[in-house]
Amino acid sequence: MRFTFSATVARRGFDVSFELAEGETLAVLGPNGAGKSTLLNLIAGLITPDAGEAVLGGETLFRGRVFTPPHARGISLLAQEALLFPHLSVLNNVAFGPTSAGVKRADAFRTARRWLAEVDASEFETRKPAQLSGGQAQRIAVARALAAEPRLLLLDEPMAALDVAVAPAIRRMLRRVLESRTAIIVTHDVLDAFTLADRVIVIDRGHVVEDGPTRSVLEQPRDPFTAGIAGLNVLAGIRTARGMRTAAGDELQLPGPTGVTPGTACTAAIRPSGIRVSGERPAGTANSLRRVVRDLEPRGDLVRLGTDDLAADVAPALVADLDVTPGSSVWFSFEPSDATLYATAR
Amino acid sequence: MPRIASSGPGSVPRWILAIAIIGALFVVLPLVAMVVRVNWGEFIPLITSESSVDALLLSLRTSAAATALCIVFGVPMALVLARTSFPGQRIARSLVLLPLVLPPVVGGIALLYTFGRQGLLREPMNVLGIQIAFSTTAVVLAQTFVALPFLVLSLEGALRTVGTRYEAVAATLGAGPTTVLRRITLPLVLPALVSGSVLSFARALGEFGATLTFAGSLQGVTRTLPLEIYLQRETDPDTAVALALVLVAVAVLVVGLAHQAGSRTRAGGGLL
Amino acid sequence: MAAAVLTGEAACAGTSAGTAAGTSTPGASASAAATTAPAGTITVFAAASLKATFTKLGTDFEAANPGTTVTFSFAGSSDLVTQITGGAPADVFASADTKNMTKLTTTTLVSGTPVNFATNILEIATPPGNPAGVKTFQDLANPDITTVICAPAVPCGAATVTIETATGVTIPAVSEESAVTDVLGKVSSGEADAGLVYATDVQGAGNTVEGVPFAESSTAVNTYPIAALSATKSPELAQAFIDYVTGTDGQAVLTTAGFGKP
Repeated sequence: MRFTFSATVARRGFDVSFELAEGETLAVLGPNGAGKSTLLNLIAGLITPDAGEAVLGGETLFRGRVFTPPHARGISLLAQEALLFPHLSVLNNVAFGPTSAGVKRADAFRTARRWLAEVDASEFETRKPAQLSGGQAQRIAVARALAAEPRLLLLDEPMAALDVAVAPAIRRMLRRVLESRTAIIVTHDVLDAFTLADRVIVIDRGHVVEDGPTRSVLEQPRDPFTAGIAGLNVLAGIRTARGMRTAAGDELQLPGPTGVTPGTACTAAIRPSGIRVSGERPAGTANSLRRVVRDLEPRGDLVRLGTDDLAADVAPALVADLDVTPGSSVWFSFEPSDATLYATAR
Repeated sequence: MPRIASSGPGSVPRWILAIAIIGALFVVLPLVAMVVRVNWGEFIPLITSESSVDALLLSLRTSAAATALCIVFGVPMALVLARTSFPGQRIARSLVLLPLVLPPVVGGIALLYTFGRQGLLREPMNVLGIQIAFSTTAVVLAQTFVALPFLVLSLEGALRTVGTRYEAVAATLGAGPTTVLRRITLPLVLPALVSGSVLSFARALGEFGATLTFAGSLQGVTRTLPLEIYLQRETDPDTAVALALVLVAVAVLVVGLAHQAGSRTRAGGGLL
Repeated sequence: MAAAVLTGEAACAGTSAGTAAGTSTPGASASAAATTAPAGTITVFAAASLKATFTKLGTDFEAANPGTTVTFSFAGSSDLVTQITGGAPADVFASADTKNMTKLTTTTLVSGTPVNFATNILEIATPPGNPAGVKTFQDLANPDITTVICAPAVPCGAATVTIETATGVTIPAVSEESAVTDVLGKVSSGEADAGLVYATDVQGAGNTVEGVPFAESSTAVNTYPIAALSATKSPELAQAFIDYVTGTDGQAVLTTAGFGKP
């Protein structure tokens, strides 16, 4: 079920194109307001684009004046909230897709029961949605979406509204049901992308800024946002003999793949935990960069210091010793072994 | 200082309570005054006289018919107002809700100029051989005219509150617009539909001005309970008061029943 | 509703009487010509059907008797009786029928004997041009002629029933209204071909309806009595007004409005 998509929505500054192969699961990452929801709504048919074309399995979803209404697209949408129909029992919720397609009641219930079993929710069959926990409701929402036998499944941050405690179980279940299914999942969580997606696209301000296999995009990010959700710092620059020269003119010593020719654009990724912070320039460290701290954010038992391009996780005691406040200037240093260098061009 | 009703979370200042009680008395006292005024010794004969029973049955029949018409036309109107956007929608909404603020007599005159013998639709109605003036149909039309906004208003509000998210989900599950309406939208707004219908019924039951102006007053045909009360008031205040009490009782009964039905639906639906 | 205002002018009645004498209209009624009305204010409760004529009579009376003020409260006769019984400050009561007047005379609220000052008979009202061609009372028995009448419970309806009984004609009315104005409304709007109302109503409706008098109306003559009330503080002024109404000038105004002689 190959899917090609290209659409613009001028009013939202949205202009996105991508393709999806049969059976492939695509993760869509991006900051809030980047256009991820717009993308899903366009695909589902809940909003209309200004221009563009989308074809799913040879059938046109939209092109020019052609517009297939949502119910005729064969695309199910699983949202952040389960949105189970409150007036229907669990079984009737799951059977909704089949019955809407004209399947006989008995057959629809059989299908519904099969999918309830698939998501380990058979026991809730007779309950009303109000009697379910968030995690249970979301499982059933998955069963409902799949029971409609969609040609393409859209998932809009399906775990964002769930307890951290139940998310892993849902993620495992999704991994099982998304196996060899054509699906698009919008997420904030890099773990979702790693576990569920074959490919990742990153959208920022209505445009695709990264597109590639999940591992390649998340382990060697080019875009600062991607780096951020991948938990990495990225610095862009030009390959030099010893490492790279950043746009700001800093010379860094970095190990690098032999494949990156000196003089070409490259990117360095550094783990925040590998960065040490000090008040004076440390002696004997390969790479030291002076940065102005923009914000401080508690992260577990550490504090993340954010600058314009780098972030570091440090102990609260150090923050106190150095008297770091937004606007303070401190040194960020790291060893070559804590960084990876790769060509910016994929 | 002992605090009786005005302590604990969600409490209100005492002076608010005092004003609320005065307001409640303002509504309840006239009813009490009426009950006091009833000639209880003659109550049963008064309300079971032929003209009284005719008026009550006619009122119930026409109000039920008017409520049905309100549902038939009001549901689509509320859906169009809540779920679509078109130029002039605000004006359309104001016009639809106009009978709420229009003096009923004005409504009656307007209906007369529309459906009357000399009205706007006289030609097509003559062709079809329809004569509405002085018929029970005219009563139903007058009642529908004044009651329709109640249904549209409460339903449109509920549709907006429920939002379109469930409908969107249903559509992505393959349900066409009519299926979505039947299986999702209407069940979700059922409590509002019930309460809107009840309001419409109550309004139709109390309709007086438009009926008097447009339909006339003939026992068993167009003389509904309010018209009968108005007529009896001239000569037989005892009957008028007794019938007024019957009207209040019927209204309270209907509203009470519907309220129960509504809360049951709400409990089952787990929404709103 | 009872908009009665008793002003302090009544106290000056004695002093202003002399000045009022010279301006008395020469055409004043025979009985009132000799004695001039004392100055002051009275409130007259009058049946709604008297509104136009009594408003004019009041103005004329005031002009003929400077220093006097006549205020009115118009409503249905039975409503007025209820108000008077309830203590409303009225000096004179003019009823549209003897029945309501009797309610007061039996409770000694009326001083003296009521005087009949006018009669009213029914007349057929039709839309302008009389499209259905109604000519006689018997025509109203034709079910093809849409006729609206008053409900038997109200005076004009009672009169209608009386005529029906007397003539043996039954009117298949499409509506029995609670008020004359509702009958007139249906006729003037053309919804009904004919309506039975008082001759004065036809007169008062101007050219919005056309009147068809009929002889059988004499079987139900409605008599209007007027009386001063016991509670009045200006019995002389009240009597002067009653005399004016029953006098030549008053009768002329009533006749013009379509009322008959008592």
